[in-house]
Amino acid sequence: MKVAVLKGGRSLERGVSLRSGARVEDALERLGHEVLAIDVGPDLVKRLVAERPDVAFVAMHGVGGEDGTVQELLEILGIPFTGPGAAACARCMDKVQAKDAIEEAGLPTPHWFAFNQTAFREFGAADALGRLEETLGFPLVVKPSSGGSSLGVKFARSAGEVPEALVSAFSYDDRVLLERFVDGRELAVSVLGDEPLPVVEAILLEGDRYDFEARYEIGRTRFACPAELSAEEERAVTEAALATYRALGCTGFARIDLILGDDGPWLLEANAIPGLTDTSLLPQAAEAAGLSFEQLVERILDLALEPAAA
Amino acid sequence: MAEVPEPTHRRRSHAGTRDLERYAGLFAERTTVMRSSAMRDLMAITARPEVISLAGGLPDTSTFPPQSFAAQMTRIAQESAAKALQYGPTEGFEETKDCILEVMGAEGMLPDPDDIIVTTGGQQAIDLVCKTLIDPGDVVICEAPTYPGAIPTLCSYQADVVQVECDEDGMQVEALEQLLDELRAEGRRPKFIYSVPSFQNPAGVTMSLPRRTRLVELARSQELLVVEDNPYGLLRYGGEPMPPLYQLDGGDFVIYLGTFSKILSPGIRLGWAVAPPPVMEKIVLGKQAADLCTSTLTQYFVREYFAERRWQRYVDDLVDIYRGRRDTMVEALRTHFPAEATWTEPEGGLFIWATLPDYIDTSDLLAKALRADVAFVPGQAAYVDGRGAHSMRLNFSGVDDEEIREGVRRIGKVIAEQVELYGTLTGEHRVPEPAAEPQPNVVPFRKAEEA
Repeated sequence: MKVAVLKGGRSLERGVSLRSGARVEDALERLGHEVLAIDVGPDLVKRLVAERPDVAFVAMHGVGGEDGTVQELLEILGIPFTGPGAAACARCMDKVQAKDAIEEAGLPTPHWFAFNQTAFREFGAADALGRLEETLGFPLVVKPSSGGSSLGVKFARSAGEVPEALVSAFSYDDRVLLERFVDGRELAVSVLGDEPLPVVEAILLEGDRYDFEARYEIGRTRFACPAELSAEEERAVTEAALATYRALGCTGFARIDLILGDDGPWLLEANAIPGLTDTSLLPQAAEAAGLSFEQLVERILDLALEPAAA
Repeated sequence: MAEVPEPTHRRRSHAGTRDLERYAGLFAERTTVMRSSAMRDLMAITARPEVISLAGGLPDTSTFPPQSFAAQMTRIAQESAAKALQYGPTEGFEETKDCILEVMGAEGMLPDPDDIIVTTGGQQAIDLVCKTLIDPGDVVICEAPTYPGAIPTLCSYQADVVQVECDEDGMQVEALEQLLDELRAEGRRPKFIYSVPSFQNPAGVTMSLPRRTRLVELARSQELLVVEDNPYGLLRYGGEPMPPLYQLDGGDFVIYLGTFSKILSPGIRLGWAVAPPPVMEKIVLGKQAADLCTSTLTQYFVREYFAERRWQRYVDDLVDIYRGRRDTMVEALRTHFPAEATWTEPEGGLFIWATLPDYIDTSDLLAKALRADVAFVPGQAAYVDGRGAHSMRLNFSGVDDEEIREGVRRIGKVIAEQVELYGTLTGEHRVPEPAAEPQPNVVPFRKAEEA
C-alpha cells in the first residue's frame, strides 16, 4: 500500500512531528508499505494529487496538522487518513470547545473561564479577574486555548502572578483559559479505535507537587505504564476517557489527559494526534498492551481504512 | 570485477534503527541529561528561510576573499598533497602552533609551544578539558549567564554546574569568593572555573581588570584551575585592550582556550588549548582517544593563510564590519525596544544581551516572535537552573544591517504588544514608548534578587 506520511509543517511542534513521522516511516517500511514522506508545505495538495496515496498517515502536531486543517483537505481530496476527522480534531485542539463538549456529555472537567485578547484590550476584562480568581481559587492554571503540548501553560499561585501567566499564554494564542487547579494524579489514557489502552501516569521525581515547572522539565518526571490503580479507579478512569473520546467525536486514536483527584477523574483535554516518538505516551501504552510499534502503526492504518471511519 | 550494487533506497537500510527500545537498555547514564527539550524544538524552527535569525552565533564568512582561499588550496595541492592528506601528530603541527603563537602574541601572550594542543574547534577544547577533569558530581563554576554551548558539554560529563552572577564588569568575583567559601565549608572543591572574560557569550560584557587580577590571585592562592575561553578577544570595537587571564597568571592555573573560528573560519574547525604540562599530557591522551588528530588539511590551510601575512588585516576588516553592525543593533534597540528593557553595549564580540520587564518570559515570547518571522536565543539557554527567563541573546555578526534593523523592529513589536497587554491586565495602562533619547548608561543587568 502507498502511504503518505504527513509531518513537519510550520507549527511550534514541528520538531516532535518530524520525530514522530520518521519513526512511523520506519515502521511502515518494515511492514512492507511504500512510503511517501511529505514535510508539509505549500505544495501539499499538488503532491497528494500527483502521487495519489492509498492512505495518509498524519504525524503532525499543533496548529495546521492537528486542528483539522490538513484533515479537511484530505477529506476534500478523498484520501483516507489516520486519526480523528476534521471536526473532531478542531474540537480537540480548541480547549474551550473540548471542555464544552465534555461538560455537555455530563463529564467532570475543572471549572474554567476563557477570554480572548480583545476582552482585555477593549472591554476591561481585567476588572473581572478578581471575581474569577475568587471562584477558581489558587493555585490556578492559565493555558492557551490551542496547542497540544505544554507550551505556554503556567500556574499562578496568587493574584499577582496571574497577569504574567496571561501574557505568556497569550504568546501562543489569542484565546486563553483560566482553570481551577485540581490536585491529584496526572494520568493519560490513549484510545485506539474504540479500545482504551493501559493508563499512563506522570510521576514527579523530586520536589513538592506545587513545583509546577518541574512537570515540564526533562528528567524530573517519570512515566509509569500501566499506572498503579485499583480496579475501581481504573474502571472509572478508562470509562471517563472513553466517554470523552466519544463526546469529542474522535475516531482512530486520541489521548485523553486527566487528573485523578480524591473525588474521581477530572478531564483536562484530548490530544487528537498524540506524539509517536520513542518517548511518547501512546506508543508506551500500546506496548504495555502487548502491541509493538509496528503493530500499533498497522492497527492505526486499518482503522483509517475501515469504511465506518470515513 | 565484482559490481557494487546500487543502493536502492537510502533510508530502507536504516529502518528500525530509530526505535529507542532496541537500544534503551544500553545507554550510558550521562545520555539521560542529553535529551532534547521543548525549547530546542522551538529553536529548530528558527531555521526557516523567511525567519530573520538573530539567534545564531555565526561569523560572516562571506567577507573572506574566495581568490585567496583558492590560491592557498591550490598551493597545498601542488606542494604538499600527500602530507596534507595524511594523519598528523595528536598535538598538532608545529607550524600550526606558530600561527597560534602569532594570534596569542597579538593579545600579549607568549606560551611555550609544548603547552599547546591543536583541537577540532574551540568546542573540542572545552570537551577535552571536561573529559580530563570532571568526574560525575564534580563542581564546575560558570558565569551566569554562561556560554549556552558549554552547558551540554558540562552536563554530559555529569558536572554539578554552579553559576556566579555577571554584571557589566563580568563575573562578580566577590560573589565567587563567597561561593568558594561555602563550597569549602561543604568540603567540596570545584574542578575549575569556566569564564569567557572578554565580550562574553552571551552577555557581551568584559571582565574588568581588578576582577581579572583578583580572579587570578584566587586561583593561585587556592590552587584552583580557571578555564579561560577567549574566542572573541581580537574582535574589539572600542575601549582599551584587557590582558587575558592567561597572561596575568603566566599559565600555572589558567587553561587557555582559543579558536580560529571567529578570526578566520568556523568551517575549518581549528581551535586550541594551552595548559600546564601535567594537564596537557592528559588532554593529549584524551584527544588521541577522541579523534587521533585535528584535520591536517585545514591545518595546512591555516599555515598557508598565515604565510600571506594578511590575517591581521582580515581581522581588522571584520572588526570594522562588526562594529558597524553592533552600532546598528544598539540604535535599533533604542528605537524599537520599550523603555523598561535594558541591554548590554559590548565593546567587542558577537552578542548583545537584552533584559525585558520581569513579566515577560522570553521562551514564550519566542513563540510569538517566530510568528513574526524573527528569532533570538531565550535567556534560559544560558543557565542550568531555569533563570534567565526575562533575557535574550541577540547576534549582530551573522546578519546585515538591514536584517538587524528589521529583526529588532519585529522583536520590539511583539514585546510592545506584551507590555501593553500586561498594562491592561494590571490596570496600569502602560503604553510603551520608545526611549525619547538614547540612554547613555544603560544598566545591562538586573540585580540578582530581581533576576
